[in-house]
Amino acid sequence: MTMVQALGLYNYWVVVFLMMTGFYIVIARRNLIKSILGLNIFQTSVFLLYISMGKIDGATAPIVPPDIAAAAAHHGDHHSDHHGHGEHAGHGVVDHGVDHGVDGATEIAHEAAHSATGYVAMTGIDAENIVYSNPLPSVLMLTAIVVGIATTALALALIVRVREDYGTVEEDEILQINQEEWAAGRERAAKKKKASPGVSAR
Amino acid sequence: MIEANLPVLLIVIPMITAPLCVLAGRGRIAYAMSLLASVLVFAIAVALVIKVGDSGTIRYELGGWEPPYGIEYVVDRLSSFMAMFVSALGMIVLFYAPHSVNKEIQPSKHYLFYATYLLCMTGLLGICVTGDLFNVFVFLEISSLSSYALISLGRTRRAPLSALQYLIVGSIGATFILIGIGLLYQMTGTLNMADIASRIDTIDGPRTIMVAFAFLTVGLCVKMAVFPLHTWLPGAYTYAPSVVTCFIAATATKVSVYAFIRLVYGIMTPKFAFELLPLDSALMVFSLIGIFVASTAAVFQDDVKRLLAYSSVAQIGYMLLGVSMSNIDGLTAGIVHMFNHALIKGGLFMVAGCFILRLGSSRLSDWAGAGRTMPWTGFAWAIGGLGLIGVPMTAGFISKWLLLTAAMQNGWWPVAALMLLSSLLAVAYVWKVVETLYFSEPSDAVVASTEAPAGMLIPTYAIIGCVVLFGIWTTYSAGLAAAAAAELLGATP
Repeated sequence: MTMVQALGLYNYWVVVFLMMTGFYIVIARRNLIKSILGLNIFQTSVFLLYISMGKIDGATAPIVPPDIAAAAAHHGDHHSDHHGHGEHAGHGVVDHGVDHGVDGATEIAHEAAHSATGYVAMTGIDAENIVYSNPLPSVLMLTAIVVGIATTALALALIVRVREDYGTVEEDEILQINQEEWAAGRERAAKKKKASPGVSAR
Repeated sequence: MIEANLPVLLIVIPMITAPLCVLAGRGRIAYAMSLLASVLVFAIAVALVIKVGDSGTIRYELGGWEPPYGIEYVVDRLSSFMAMFVSALGMIVLFYAPHSVNKEIQPSKHYLFYATYLLCMTGLLGICVTGDLFNVFVFLEISSLSSYALISLGRTRRAPLSALQYLIVGSIGATFILIGIGLLYQMTGTLNMADIASRIDTIDGPRTIMVAFAFLTVGLCVKMAVFPLHTWLPGAYTYAPSVVTCFIAATATKVSVYAFIRLVYGIMTPKFAFELLPLDSALMVFSLIGIFVASTAAVFQDDVKRLLAYSSVAQIGYMLLGVSMSNIDGLTAGIVHMFNHALIKGGLFMVAGCFILRLGSSRLSDWAGAGRTMPWTGFAWAIGGLGLIGVPMTAGFISKWLLLTAAMQNGWWPVAALMLLSSLLAVAYVWKVVETLYFSEPSDAVVASTEAPAGMLIPTYAIIGCVVLFGIWTTYSAGLAAAAAAELLGATP
């Protein structure tokens, strides 16, 4: 792998760095809140991984620009003059908006039309060789983000309960409290055992 | 109309009933609704088993979107079998629930409990029937998140802590699965399992596929509680309310094993996993170590729920041993052991729940002599315990027998010997409880206790009866499992 290739994958380096950072925090931090933050960083790195894999260099959002859509619909066989078609198609879309009486949309469309440039002219995209990014990974991540938020919310709610019951969010202190409780329970059980022969003899 | 939509109704009914329970806002109404939903779901699952048996795999396109663009539900022999026993256990545990829930959970939280219970069931059933890899992740998280919430409802302050520990480990596992799914998607451009299987080049494929498989395996191993990754399980099972432990112990880990079987046999091929990669020997080693370490740990537990939890970790080892053998008998043994162990462990946790209801403790030392004052409950423990050991005439024997024959077929003599040896450890921990129940002097609290209510004993005996029934009559346990295993191995030669 050459240097350029390695640098070209920079978003994956970011992903790996964040992933390891988050994972390390979860493992190493004994504070419950910090563990959850680490978990969040870990999950976020996966969001970035998915989003990076959907992105293509120089590609546009996977929405067919209105002028291209119209051009494809009306002038599918004439490809000579993109600009002309673009403007024409832009107006076509405006008319369509008026017909349906959608006020907000019409206004925006009017503005776009009056600026006298279609989407194609504005962005300078080659309408014939237009490339779209893959929307699916981003959509999947919307679901994963929701899951992540639910997890975080539940974790924080549980931490509130733990804090109320133990008075601390440091795992070491909680374990110590548990250990003391366990030892006390064992002592009680041992005392009971000593006392029980008397009980059964009675 | 209804018949065509059965696969999706299996998921939709519990999913819709859960918010309705919350809206009802009253424990009794919520209970009635969730009971009705679980009975309906069980009926649907049985109908699906019959339909798949008659006419083969059912493919259901969600919302009419053609796969691989839309999500597809695939109900084949294995998934209908899984859905059947998950919903059966879910239903019987709900019948058993009211007394235990009344004692262990605050009345104001009852309706939320039943809603969460249904959501957990939705997630588990969803994993069984979906044919879409990302959908598996979503359902896995639905079931996991609701089980964290259910576990935190336990009486002691240890419950929220155990739930949190499970949450942290479980979320790491789920994120590993997500990474694995992402890498597979990157290589194949599709999320449909059948489509991935047909596009993936497992022989000369790039290293990414191997990495994806590794992430998925480790993630699922966390959810399955395979030996070195089992640390969340004992705490979660011990401190959860009894009803929750019954349900989760009987179903949750098995559904993850199912997802793993799908991954190995349905998407990757056994050839890739076991010949190109040494997954079979890795699984065998971890399973055997897990069986011995966890069984030994179980022998030394004083808390009965913790004892059963360690025993669960050991039993997962048997299932994975079967899966790793990759011949038809081994796979059959693995699948049927999921079913048999769900019955046995579900039944034993229900027995433990009866004792906890009457004695207010899960410590074995507090149960001394309880077999005399609660004879029916004690007897149920003895039968269930025999099943756990694998004594002939119980369901446990069937799966261990199949596993032994499969091990011998493969020429794994040491494995067969070790399995027999490990059963002795099961004898030790089951006997330890039986001895305390029958041959110890009862304390005053035990003398004052009475037999568990019929509302709990009848469902417990329904399950324990099945343990004996499916030890003798195996048409619908080992028979269905063998058909499922044949289908899995036939589909991916």
